[in-house]
Amino acid sequence: MQAFELLQPADTHEALEMLARYKDAAFIAGGTTLLDIMKCGLAAPPTLIDITALPLASIEADHNRVRIGALARNSDIAYDARVQKQLPMLAQAFLAGASPQLRNMATMGGNLLQRTRCTYFRDPAAACNKRAGGAGCDAFEGFHRMHALLGTSDACIATHASDAAVALVALDAVVEIEGPAGKRRVPLEHFYRTPGETPSIENDLAAGELIAAVEIPHAPAQRHSTYLKVRDRASYEFALTSAAAGLEFEGEIITSARLALGGVATIPWRSRDAEEALVGKAPDEDVFRQAAEIALSGAVPRRDNAFKVELAKRTIVRALQIVERGP
Amino acid sequence: MAKSELKVNGAKYDVELEPNVTLLDALRERVGLTGTKKGCDFGQCGACTVLVNGRRILSCMALAMMHVKDEITTIEGVGKNGTLHPIQTAFIEHDAFQCGYCTAGQIVSAVGLINEGHAVTDDEIREAMSGNLCRCGAYVNILAAVRQEVRRAGI
Repeated sequence: MQAFELLQPADTHEALEMLARYKDAAFIAGGTTLLDIMKCGLAAPPTLIDITALPLASIEADHNRVRIGALARNSDIAYDARVQKQLPMLAQAFLAGASPQLRNMATMGGNLLQRTRCTYFRDPAAACNKRAGGAGCDAFEGFHRMHALLGTSDACIATHASDAAVALVALDAVVEIEGPAGKRRVPLEHFYRTPGETPSIENDLAAGELIAAVEIPHAPAQRHSTYLKVRDRASYEFALTSAAAGLEFEGEIITSARLALGGVATIPWRSRDAEEALVGKAPDEDVFRQAAEIALSGAVPRRDNAFKVELAKRTIVRALQIVERGP
Repeated sequence: MAKSELKVNGAKYDVELEPNVTLLDALRERVGLTGTKKGCDFGQCGACTVLVNGRRILSCMALAMMHVKDEITTIEGVGKNGTLHPIQTAFIEHDAFQCGYCTAGQIVSAVGLINEGHAVTDDEIREAMSGNLCRCGAYVNILAAVRQEVRRAGI
C-alpha cells in the first residue's frame, strides 16, 4: 500500500476540521472498502482520518424510530434484539452480507458508501467510466453476468453491492449528514445517484461531509418483512438478485407494502410502482407475480445477465410469500 | 515511522509502525508472530483472522496504528501455558486440515464463533465459518471439529 498520513481526531468537530484542512483526505473506520481499493490501486489518499474514536456507534430505538450511528458495526446491528424484532429485513440483510470477520469490522456509514464489485472498475488496466470519466467501459462487451438491469446508462452498468442499503431504502431510512454548514438529513432513496453520464458521482455526499447516522422511522410493513438473497453459493457472496419485502394486512387485504431490489440495479432499487400494485389486494401468487412484472418492467438485459430478469421476479415472489406465510 | 506499542496475547511489544502497515504485517514482520498467515491480502480468504478485544477480524484489512489500544489474540495465544485450546485439539482429532495454510485462521475464527454464541446447527456453523476458505477442501472435518467444540461449550 502507498504511504499516507494517519490522523486520529477525538470528536466529530475535529474530524470535519481535518477533512477541510487536508487536501484529498479520506475518512477511515472499518476500512474494509477503503483499504481494499487502495490495495487495488484505485485510490491513493495522502491522508487518512481515523474516525473510530468519534461517539457515533450507538443504536437507539424508541416508539418513533430506530437510529443507527454511522460507526455501529454490521454485526452489532444484525444481532441487536430491537432491530431483529422491529426491522427483520434489515437484520437479515446485514447477515446476508460479507463474512463474520468483515461484519465485525464494517460500519453502518461505510456500508452505504461501499464501492461496486464490478471487476472492470476494480482492475486499473480496464476501461472504466466510474474510475475515469470518458475512458469507456469494458463491461459492455466483457463478462457482465453480475451487472445491472435497472438504472443503467450508456456509461455504466455496475451493480451496487450493498445488501443493507436495499433494506434501508425499503424502510424509508434517512441519512444524517454533518458538514461545514451544519447538519442535514437526506432520504436514503434520494441519497444515491444513478450513473447517467457521470458514473463517478455515486451519491449526494458533498466534499467535507460525514455520515453521522441512519434513522428509520416506524411505519407499517416493517415488522412483517424479510430479505431474500440469491447467489452463486450459500454464503459470503454478492447477490445475483435480492429482494427486501414487507407487508401489512387488514384482514385478508394488503394495506401497505415495501419492496426494494438488490443485485440488479446501479443503486439500491425501490420499486414503488410494485408496492402500489400490491396494496388493496388479497395476497396470492398471481398478485405477487404481477408486482414482480412491474418491478422489472424497465429492465435492460444484456448477453450474460438476461437470466437475472426472471430470477429477480421469482426472488420477489418468493420473498413476498415468505413474509405472508413465514419462512 | 512512530514508536508504538501493540498488546498481543497478553504481552506488550514495542514496535516501529508506519501508518500504512497492516495489523497482519505488524504481527508477522514487526512483532515476529508468524502463525497468522497472509493468504489473499484482500480480505477474501480469512487466513489472517485474529481476535481484537475477543472479536474476530481480518488483520490484512486493518491498520496496525488503529489497534494500539486493543487486546489482540493470535493463533499463538489461543492456548494457555503450553496447553492447546479445545478447538485446536478438536482440529487434530477430526483431521480438520490438509496443507495447514488456512488452519490458523480457521481455528482463531472458530474461537471467535464460540465467543459470539450465535451458531448452533450445522448450517449456522457453515455460515459462521464461511469467511475462512480452505483450498484443500477440508470443510467436512472442519465442520466436525467446530461442531464438537460448540457442543462442548454448551451453546
